[in-house]
Amino acid sequence: MTAVLPSAKTGLAEFTSYGALSAHIPRAIEPLGPQYLSHARRMLRGRTWSEDERIQAELNVKSIEDEEVSEDEEEEDAAMLARDPKDWKNQDHYQVLGLSKYRYKATDEQIRRAHRKKVLKHHPDKRAQAGDNEDDGFFKCIQKAMEILSDPVRRRQFDSVDEGANVPAPSKKSKGNFYRQWGAAFEAEGRFSKKTPVPKLGDEKSSKAEVDHFYNFFYSFDSWRTFEYLDEDVPDDSDNRDHKRHIERKNKAARQKHKTEDTARLRKMVDDCLSVDPRMKMFKEAEKKAKEQRKWEREADARKAAEDAKKAKEEAEQKAKEDEEKVKEEREKSKKAKEAAKNAKKKNRRVIKGAVKDANYFVEGAASGAAIDAALNETDSLLEKIDDSALADLVQKLAGQADAAAARGLFAEAASSIGGEWKVFAA
Amino acid sequence: MSEAQQNGDEAMTVIGISFGNANSSLSFTGSDGNVDLIPNQDGDRSIPSALAYVGEDEYHGLQAKAQLIRNSTNTVVNFRDFIGKSFSDIDPTYSHRSARPVEQEGVVGYKIVTSSEEGAEPEFVSVSEIAKRHLLRLKGSAEDFLGKALTGAVITVPTDFTPKQREELNAIATSAGIHVLQIVPEPVSALLAYDAATHGAFPKDRIVVVVDFGYTRSDGAVIAVRGGMYTVLATAHNYELGGASLDDSLADHFAKEFEKKNGIDPRKESARSIAKLLAECEITRKTLSASNSATISIESLAGGFDFHSNINRLRFEMLARKQFDNAVSFVEVLVKKAGLDVLDVDEVVLAGGSSHTPKILDRLQAVFPESTHIAAPSSSAKALNPAELIARGAAVQASLIAGFEQSDIDESLQPVVTNAPHLAKAVGVVVADSKFFPLLESYTAVPVRRSAIFDVPAEGGDVLVGIYEAEREILTHKVERIAKDTTEEDDLDDDDEPFSDEEDEETREKVLKPTTKIAEAVIKGTKTGGKVEVVLNITADLKVSIAVREIGGAAVRGDVPAAEVQK
Ligand SMILES: Nc1ncnc2c1ncn2[C@@H]1O[C@H](COP(=O)(O)OP(=O)(O)O)[C@@H](O)[C@H]1O
Repeated sequence: MTAVLPSAKTGLAEFTSYGALSAHIPRAIEPLGPQYLSHARRMLRGRTWSEDERIQAELNVKSIEDEEVSEDEEEEDAAMLARDPKDWKNQDHYQVLGLSKYRYKATDEQIRRAHRKKVLKHHPDKRAQAGDNEDDGFFKCIQKAMEILSDPVRRRQFDSVDEGANVPAPSKKSKGNFYRQWGAAFEAEGRFSKKTPVPKLGDEKSSKAEVDHFYNFFYSFDSWRTFEYLDEDVPDDSDNRDHKRHIERKNKAARQKHKTEDTARLRKMVDDCLSVDPRMKMFKEAEKKAKEQRKWEREADARKAAEDAKKAKEEAEQKAKEDEEKVKEEREKSKKAKEAAKNAKKKNRRVIKGAVKDANYFVEGAASGAAIDAALNETDSLLEKIDDSALADLVQKLAGQADAAAARGLFAEAASSIGGEWKVFAA
Repeated sequence: MSEAQQNGDEAMTVIGISFGNANSSLSFTGSDGNVDLIPNQDGDRSIPSALAYVGEDEYHGLQAKAQLIRNSTNTVVNFRDFIGKSFSDIDPTYSHRSARPVEQEGVVGYKIVTSSEEGAEPEFVSVSEIAKRHLLRLKGSAEDFLGKALTGAVITVPTDFTPKQREELNAIATSAGIHVLQIVPEPVSALLAYDAATHGAFPKDRIVVVVDFGYTRSDGAVIAVRGGMYTVLATAHNYELGGASLDDSLADHFAKEFEKKNGIDPRKESARSIAKLLAECEITRKTLSASNSATISIESLAGGFDFHSNINRLRFEMLARKQFDNAVSFVEVLVKKAGLDVLDVDEVVLAGGSSHTPKILDRLQAVFPESTHIAAPSSSAKALNPAELIARGAAVQASLIAGFEQSDIDESLQPVVTNAPHLAKAVGVVVADSKFFPLLESYTAVPVRRSAIFDVPAEGGDVLVGIYEAEREILTHKVERIAKDTTEEDDLDDDDEPFSDEEDEETREKVLKPTTKIAEAVIKGTKTGGKVEVVLNITADLKVSIAVREIGGAAVRGDVPAAEVQK
């Protein structure tokens, strides 16, 4: 059975290199078997290694055996070593195996290793060597601890009542760090959960959904905690059946009572925590803000209309003001222009009259009164009829015109352009 | 070395020795090339690692083991694990019902009476001396059987034997007149024997879990077989699991039965009662490996009462349920330690005497997928005897290296030779339907060369050869559970069903997914029905050379350099 290669698209290069292989893993090949011999032969043929290469190779050997993790060993206190193995119910099995730090978190592998370490140290046959002959009490404690911790059911029963793993809930008035104190208490509590993963208390950055989930989880906590471990021993003798049954009933009732109390205890713990959870206030405030925000958004249209109207009104007012000013300005401007025109007219009239005089009233020799009157009358009449621009034009043309005849010509021109009967200014 | 082998003419007589904590075995390769075990003078192929002293007489093997009942303080058993260790590091648990280890001037040994004189004082005999005497006996048995003096031996030890322990064992063997060719790890030796018998010189690439259920302890190793070479990926040891703990479950059961009948608990009666009970329980348990029921009969077990009873296999399996649970979790943890999933395990090879127990196979079959082959005597009548595998591998190795100078053998064991870079990921070709076809599996040692032949598409033409690295992925498919009728089944045998009713069954599948493209080659204009050969060459520093050609055509070649930062 061979596999079929895919067809190649056209236009590909004959060979393309893309990427290097992943970094290697250093391992030792076991020096056994015919293929190893070939390997060794290939490696050894005509080769010598430098001291450095040998050292390097030795350093690179990865041990596949478990290194004895030389954790700092837990101290064995005298009271523990002197325990009566018969009192195993009150024994801290984790402490006996040196696992106080781990407790319910200890893995089966850790328990096995811890047990072995203790066996090596406390086996009675070794102690016999040391002289203390009859003393195998602590060894029995070790075996009992192992018996219980290596049996999943019995381990749970012990874990259920393992005081050493409890982290008491802080009081509501506690001044300490809320998240640290309550977080630790709930983490310890979470070990009893049938459901996993158990949510964490979190911190001030937790979302409301997370916090809600946390409280919901603990309010509907499904606990595997049991209280068989606290049972009173049921007598083994079959003679006294009634007594046996009585004890059994008592135990059953006690377990139930413990369970009920435990459920209540946890409920109160959650209540307490919730009541002092600073995030609740934060969430409330955030909620209020969000509400305001929503309201704000809901009213946005009305607000916008009002704003637009206000703006339009303002703009209109502004425009009216501007218009008014413009009109005023214009008026002022025209007034000024009129005045200027008036002044210019006055001045031009003066110039015209001056020119008439300068032209000796358009007569040769001394001008008679009648001639003067006639010239001036005609001039007045011209001035009356001439428009401003023609006047200005005339003034301009007259300027520097010393010749009387030429001046009269200009006057006559102006007069004819006006039209009408002219005597002095007749063409 | 004084006994250095000469190449060639001089006849070599080499054997394999499996030096177990409970039992030892001798093996050799016959002139026909077949490997077999060497029985001792009593005809035993599994020889208890035991010595007993009665007066001046020394007993060995099964005869010594028998002395545990009447002469326990002068009987030494389970001493192999003490070799090269200090007193604080030994576990005396399994010496409790025999001579107990003591320390004298920093040396571990036993106080033993070796004289028949009245009131003779016990004498200190070190562990090394005991081991030497044991090896002397084994050597004698082998030479008797072969009719020749030994020229060398390969000895097996557990993988947790420290270098110091190996050194000490070498010294002990030398003092017993045995030239040690090589000390080899037990699980690899077992696999070598298995491969030699079933695969020949070129075993298939695969991942094998070797589990050795012995007497006091159980050991396991995950081994990658690549190009016929073995790389151990992980090991595990459990010093509380083995035949002894199974015997205890049985002994407890019978002791209670005896007490009910006779009002005496033989476990509390005397050391002798316990020894008798345990010895018979072992025999009963072995019977239960082959039959569905067994009887037990002990004369004068305690208080002068005889004991006769019987037991069926099912009952025994219930009594020892916890040990079987432990065996399962032992193997599961081992696979996890190697960073693997049970789906990655192609084969399980069971070794050690306790692997004869059918329930162990049963339980392991439930752990591994159907695709995993489990080699155990209870799975096939042709299967090799698990108790012999380790010794057989030692004989295979012994005959492989017998012709070499010891200095050459020693040189080949140097880290500079054994240590090799291994591929982190599988390397192969992407074939039609984007499937990955591995040429080299992960954990293959480099340098390496591998080739494979592929078909071209039906219409021929230009074909693409994409060389990729791939990673293993596990796909899970949910399978609707068919409502099964809940007839009350024999509730004795419900221990293997971890399913609760509402759970949907899941099937899991392993696939290799190409992750990184290394190179691409194109073969132009292949013929209909053509074949293409791909040759990969990877150097020790991970340079890849690729040659691709249509059979009968010219090759396209190219190189891929190693990554820059490779250190
Ligand atoms: N047929 C069998 N069925 C069950 N157990 C067996 C059988 N044969 C041997 N054993 C058990 O195997 C154990 C010895 O295993 P072995 O591999 O020889 O020990 P070790 O490796 O510890 O030296 C003993 O507990 C013995 O009872």
